Amino acid sequence: MSITNQDVQHVAKLARLNFTPEEEQMLTEQLNAILQYAEKLNELDTDGVEPTTHVLHLSNVMREDEAKDSLPIEKVMANAPEEEDGQFKVPAVLD
Amino acid sequence: MSLFNHTLQELHNKLHAKELSVQELVDQSFQVIAERDERIGAFLTLNEEEARNTARRLDDKLASGQPRGLLFGLPAGIKDNIVTEGLRTTCASQFLANFNPVYDATVTRKLREADAVTLGKLNMDEFAMGGSNENSSFRPVRNPWDLDRVPGGSSGGSAAAVAAGEAYFTLGSDTGGSIRQPASYCGVVGLKPTYGLVSRFGLVAFASSLDQIGPLTKNVEDSAYVLQAIAGHDHMDSTSANVDIPDYLSALTGDVRGLRIAVPKEYMGEGVDPAVKEKILAALKVLEDLGAVWEEVSLPHTEYAVATYYLLASSEASSNLARFDGVRYGTRADHAGSLIDLYHESRSKGFGPEVKRRIMLGTYALSSGYYDAYYLKAQKARTLIKQDFDNVFENYDIIIGPTAPTTAFKLGSQVDDPLTMYLNDILTIPVSLAGVPAISVPCGLADGLPVGLQIIGKAFDESTVLRVAHAYEQNTEHHKLQPKL
Repeated sequence: MSITNQDVQHVAKLARLNFTPEEEQMLTEQLNAILQYAEKLNELDTDGVEPTTHVLHLSNVMREDEAKDSLPIEKVMANAPEEEDGQFKVPAVLD
Repeated sequence: MSLFNHTLQELHNKLHAKELSVQELVDQSFQVIAERDERIGAFLTLNEEEARNTARRLDDKLASGQPRGLLFGLPAGIKDNIVTEGLRTTCASQFLANFNPVYDATVTRKLREADAVTLGKLNMDEFAMGGSNENSSFRPVRNPWDLDRVPGGSSGGSAAAVAAGEAYFTLGSDTGGSIRQPASYCGVVGLKPTYGLVSRFGLVAFASSLDQIGPLTKNVEDSAYVLQAIAGHDHMDSTSANVDIPDYLSALTGDVRGLRIAVPKEYMGEGVDPAVKEKILAALKVLEDLGAVWEEVSLPHTEYAVATYYLLASSEASSNLARFDGVRYGTRADHAGSLIDLYHESRSKGFGPEVKRRIMLGTYALSSGYYDAYYLKAQKARTLIKQDFDNVFENYDIIIGPTAPTTAFKLGSQVDDPLTMYLNDILTIPVSLAGVPAISVPCGLADGLPVGLQIIGKAFDESTVLRVAHAYEQNTEHHKLQPKL
């Protein structure tokens, strides 16, 4: 498998990133080199091997469903780039 | 002589005998930082006023005879991906250049409860992605042993601050070697605990199945003290392990008679600098003379670890870093036309090149049509890599090898080649994938640069790791070597 400039454009859109054409070209080359190296894993026979989802066999962590203290609204808003009436302000989502 | 050449126990004796005050310790830190840090670049933010107030408060506490915390009065630095309430936390990223956390990480709270003094926040590779600290978006850190060389990464500031005598101890984080490799390059002790031993609540997530916080110190005993203070279950981190925490100090017996050491041939083979290998063999001789036995073993899947790691860690990073969207905190692009544009422009402006590269790699590996070929395949490879360790630990107590294949390299020498840079972590990454604990301790100099000995233990057996490291250290002088600054 090798990836193309179009793939990079598609993935950039998924990742919500913008790149210049030069950056796109460089990323295509670098990602190809890294993925080519990753092809090495195809040498491994992994039939019947369980994927590791958690390295130390932790089971689900449950607790009672009870309300606990959360941060006060002023603290939640303390780093907001823009806020209005205790809410995060963003450009219009719908026209 | 620097006060920081004393052990924690010696400093505590002096404090108790009133030969020393916490204020003097903190004064020394800020004095050394003022003299040296312009050259080193370890600190991104100083906490001077609050640190001095804390020192005064602790001296009052000492005078009044109140009980003292385990890390009483010790000046500490914290890696800048660990949140500190009211103290700027940037992850060395422009994205968070003005971010002031509104709560403390669990480890931050534990350091405070143990009466340590926070000096400030330490430089790193942006979002902990890198092995040289050249990916800091503020400035690179320089190695105190040779200012033309990198300190390693991503906890480069954490290692350099200890090596340069700026902080008594520091906290770092390790995802694929980010505590051990810089400890090796800077000639200090760096411990990556078992995955889950230390709470990650308040650690800005990079790769959640791998990230772990640990101490960087001048000696092994101090490493045990800091670990004792920060280890333990935390209901705020659902991956934190609910295990009993042993007394790590009592493990430091100096006795390694009968210890069975495994030395993986893959860690001593091609690609490992002969000068590094020579130091490791000399260290094994020291342990042998103390009554341990060692044999060569194989960890046959070692060569697959780097590929496995970069697929898994980048995939997890692409998901974790989705939260940096310019809405709730951090960089926000001006005049974005729509919400989608706001995401695109804020992220493109705020993240540096390596972070973008890894987000792209991870997004690709998780994207429709490629998930099985890359992500799932890597998760299966991880199982095989972990089994290598399980197999060896059936017959051996500990695994020993180098921490890194070479000593510190020159700034700029690998920056254009991400793949070569990734291969510096070839001896630390398998350990991270297996989730087991490992320490890097200084084992001498090669061409004037520090070499690190990596001691790897079974899951949650930090006691044996520390015992072996301590026995080795106490029978050598390497940890007393200092850079000339």
